[in-house]
Amino acid sequence: MTETRSEQVLRVDAYPTHEVGGYRVRAGKPFPFGANVVPGGVSFSVFSDQATSMTLVIFKRGEPEPMAELEFPEEFRTGSVFAMTVFGLDHENIEYGYRADGPYDPVTGHRFDARQVLSDPYARLIAGRDVWGVEPDRSRGYQYRSRVCLQDFDWGDDTPLGIPAEDLVVYETHVRGFTRHPSSQVTAPGTFAGLREKIPYLKELGINCIELLPVFEFDESDNPRSNPETGEQLFDYWGYNTVSFFAPKAGYAATGRYGMQGDEFRTLIKDLHAAGIEVILDVVFNHTAEGNEQGPTISFKGLDNATYYMLTPDGYYFNFSGTGNTVNCNHPVVRNYVLDCLRHWVADYHIDGFRFDLAAILGRALDGTPLPNPPLLELLAYDPVLRHTKLIAEAWDAGGLYEVGNFPAYGRWAEWNGKYRDTVRSFLKGDPGVTGELATRIAGSPDLYATRGTAASVNFLTAHDGFTLADLVSYNDKHNEANGENNNDGANDNNSWNCGAEGPTDDPEINALRTRQMKNALAILFTSQGIPMLLAGDEVARTQQGNNNTYCQDNELSWFDWDQVDDNAELLRFTREMIEFRKHHRELRSTAHPTGQVREHLGLPDISWHGERAWQPDWSAESRLLAVARCGTGDDDVVYVAMNAHWESHDLELPALPGGRSWHLFADTGAEAPYDIRTPGAEQELDNAGKYLIGPRSVVILVGRTDDPDDLDTP
Amino acid sequence: MTLNVKERRNKTGTVLVATGEINSETSGSLLQALLPLVREGKPLKIDLTAVTYVSSAGLRTLLVVYREAQHAGVAVTLYGVSEEVRFVMSATGFLDFFETGEAVAAAAKAKAKAAR
Repeated sequence: MTETRSEQVLRVDAYPTHEVGGYRVRAGKPFPFGANVVPGGVSFSVFSDQATSMTLVIFKRGEPEPMAELEFPEEFRTGSVFAMTVFGLDHENIEYGYRADGPYDPVTGHRFDARQVLSDPYARLIAGRDVWGVEPDRSRGYQYRSRVCLQDFDWGDDTPLGIPAEDLVVYETHVRGFTRHPSSQVTAPGTFAGLREKIPYLKELGINCIELLPVFEFDESDNPRSNPETGEQLFDYWGYNTVSFFAPKAGYAATGRYGMQGDEFRTLIKDLHAAGIEVILDVVFNHTAEGNEQGPTISFKGLDNATYYMLTPDGYYFNFSGTGNTVNCNHPVVRNYVLDCLRHWVADYHIDGFRFDLAAILGRALDGTPLPNPPLLELLAYDPVLRHTKLIAEAWDAGGLYEVGNFPAYGRWAEWNGKYRDTVRSFLKGDPGVTGELATRIAGSPDLYATRGTAASVNFLTAHDGFTLADLVSYNDKHNEANGENNNDGANDNNSWNCGAEGPTDDPEINALRTRQMKNALAILFTSQGIPMLLAGDEVARTQQGNNNTYCQDNELSWFDWDQVDDNAELLRFTREMIEFRKHHRELRSTAHPTGQVREHLGLPDISWHGERAWQPDWSAESRLLAVARCGTGDDDVVYVAMNAHWESHDLELPALPGGRSWHLFADTGAEAPYDIRTPGAEQELDNAGKYLIGPRSVVILVGRTDDPDDLDTP
Repeated sequence: MTLNVKERRNKTGTVLVATGEINSETSGSLLQALLPLVREGKPLKIDLTAVTYVSSAGLRTLLVVYREAQHAGVAVTLYGVSEEVRFVMSATGFLDFFETGEAVAAAAKAKAKAAR
C-alpha cells in the first residue's frame, strides 16, 4: 500500500493547557514571530518591550467587530515577547490584530493606546485593501487586518538564477502600471498575473532582471489630494508608504479579493525565473505609513514606538525620510526585524535582490548621526540567507546624507550611481566641461568604486523618480501641475533639454533629434561599464507629459501604453539590439576597472581614449566629442564608441587595428532606421577603414573584428 | 459552506463529483474521500462542475492529491472547472499542475450525441 505523507503526527504541543475567553490555548513559541499554523491551531507571537499587557483580537473574516479578544496570560510572556497558540481556529477565515496596553507618554517615546487594534508587523497577508482603488470603509476601527498565510507553495525546481551582477540588465517597473493600460490586452490588467502574461515581451527585449517598485502592502487611498484641473482623486500610486513589510500588496493581485496574492506573486516570480529573469524588490525601510505625530496608528506606533522610530529628546519624530518618520534601523530589535523581513522574501518568495530606498538612513545611529560601521548594513551583507542576493543602495536620504561612492559596502553593496545619471545627461545636452567626467563614468566610475569593482555602480539615466527618457529630451522644465502641489514637488535639477520646443511638437526636425538623443542615451548606457538599468517604457518613448514626479498618478501619465510598442518600433528595435550587443561583448561587462594595460593578444590597451584624431582625446572644457575603444582579455574584437554631443559633425580618424581586423559598423544614431543599428555579429565592414564622419549629436559604435578568424595575425 | 462528494466508478476509473466550496473547513473531508481513491491506483477524475469556489487551502488540498497521485503513478484529471475557479487557479499557478477537461456529464452527453 502506498504510504501517504498526510497522516497526522501526534505532538505534545498539539494539546491545549489553558482556556482564555472560551478558547483553548497554550503558551506559544516566541519564535518565529507572527502567526503560524501549527498542529490543531495557530501560534501567535508578538514583541513589545514596554507593553504592560497584550491582547489578541480575532475577527471573523470581513466582520467589523471582533469575535474574540484573548489577553495573553502573564506566563505566556517570554522576555518581551507575547506568544500563544489558539486551538480550533479556521485560519483561512479569520483576521487578527493586537491591543497593546502601556504608558502614553510621548516625551519618553511611548504612545500605547489599548483602544486601537494594531496590525502584526510580521503579518504575511493583509486584508482591508483587497482590490486596488476601491474606496475603503473608513468607519471601521481596524483598517489593515492581519491574516494567517499558508506558506507551502510548490516551487518545483525553481532556484535562484545567480546571474553575475556584472551581467545584469535591470528593468525598473511598476506592477500595476506595466499592464493597467487597456492596450495591454492581458487577462487581469494591473496585476501580478497581468505582468506574468508579458514575460515574453521582457524576454524578447533581452533584460534579465526586473526591479519592481514597492510591492509590500500599502494604502493607495492614503493620498488626500485631488487633481486641481480635473478634480480626480489622486493616489499613492508608487507605494513608498509601507503598511506591512511581510505582506505582498493584495491590490496588485487578480486574486487579492480571495487573499491569494502570495501565491499569485510567487507564480509570477517562478515564471520570471523560468524565463531567465531575476526579481529585485524596491524596499522601503527608511519610513512607514504611520507618519509623524499627526499620522495614523497602524502597527509599530502602538506596539513599541520608542523602539521602532528615531525620536528627538522630546519624543518627536526625526524626519530624515522627508515623509514624517524615520525607522530606527540600527536598534538591535529593528535590525533583526529588517533581516527577518528580507529573509522572508528570499526564502518564501525566491527574491533575488533588493534595492533599498533612501538607504543612507540604514546607516544612521539611534540619534540620527551617521555610523562609520553601521551594524545593519554589515548584518545584511553577511547574512547566510541573503548571502548571494543583490543589495543595491539608493545611497542618499532626505536628511542630506549623500554617500554615492562612499556607502558602507562590506564587499556586497552596489549603488544607484546618481553621478552617472547627472554626468551623462549633462553631456547629452551639450554642456561644456563634461567630457572628462564622462570618461570616468562610462569606465565604471573608478573614482567612486576603485576597491569595489564596476558592478558596484548601477548606471541609469532615468528611473521612476524623475523624467522618462522621452520627457528628458522633450522638456526643459517639470510640469507637475496635475499633482496638486503647484508644481513645487519633484526635482528641479533634471539636466534635461527639450531639443527646441517644450513638449509635443509637429516639427519633424525636433522629433528626429529627440529620437536620436534617446538612442544616444541608450547607446551610452549599454556600452558603459557597470550594471545598466532601464526604466520601463523608455524603450518605446513612454511619456509622462513632463511630469517628473508621478507618485500619485494612477492613469495614462504613468501606465505603459502598449500601442507604443508598434508606434515606436524603431526605438524598441534599437534598444533590443543594444542589449544584445552588450551580451556579445564581455569587455563592456568587465568587473575590473580598466587600467590602460595593453592586452598582449591584441596589442591594444584595455581602454583607450580618442578624439577627432585617434589617440588624441580632447579633454578641454569646450570638447563635446569623446571616443573610447575597449578590448577584453577573452574577446578577440575591439569595441569603439564615439559620442558626439556637439551640434556639428566631425571627421573621426579611427585607431588602427591589429592584423586581420577591420572596423565594422554596428550603430550610428545619425543614420536613418533601419541603418541606425545592426544585429550583433552582422555588423557591416566600413569602406573607408581609417575614417568615419560622425553626425551632429550622434553616437557611433564600431566593432574591430574579422569576418574570418583564420585571417587573424597575432601581433 | 458545505461540500458534498459522490463517487461514481466505471471501467476506466473513478469519478468524484464535488458540490459546494472547497476551503479550509471542507478540504479535510475532500482529502479523506480522495486519498483512498488514489490508493486504488485507477485513473481518477474530479468533477468540479458544481464547485463554486476553491480557496487557498482548497487549492493546496487538490495539489496534495495530485502529489499523492504522482507518487502512486495515478492519473488525475479535473473536470468542469468553472471560469472563475479556472481564473483563480491560473493566476496562482495551480492550474499548471493539473490535466483539465470539460465536465464529465457534458462530455458524456456530447459523446452520446456524437454516437447518434
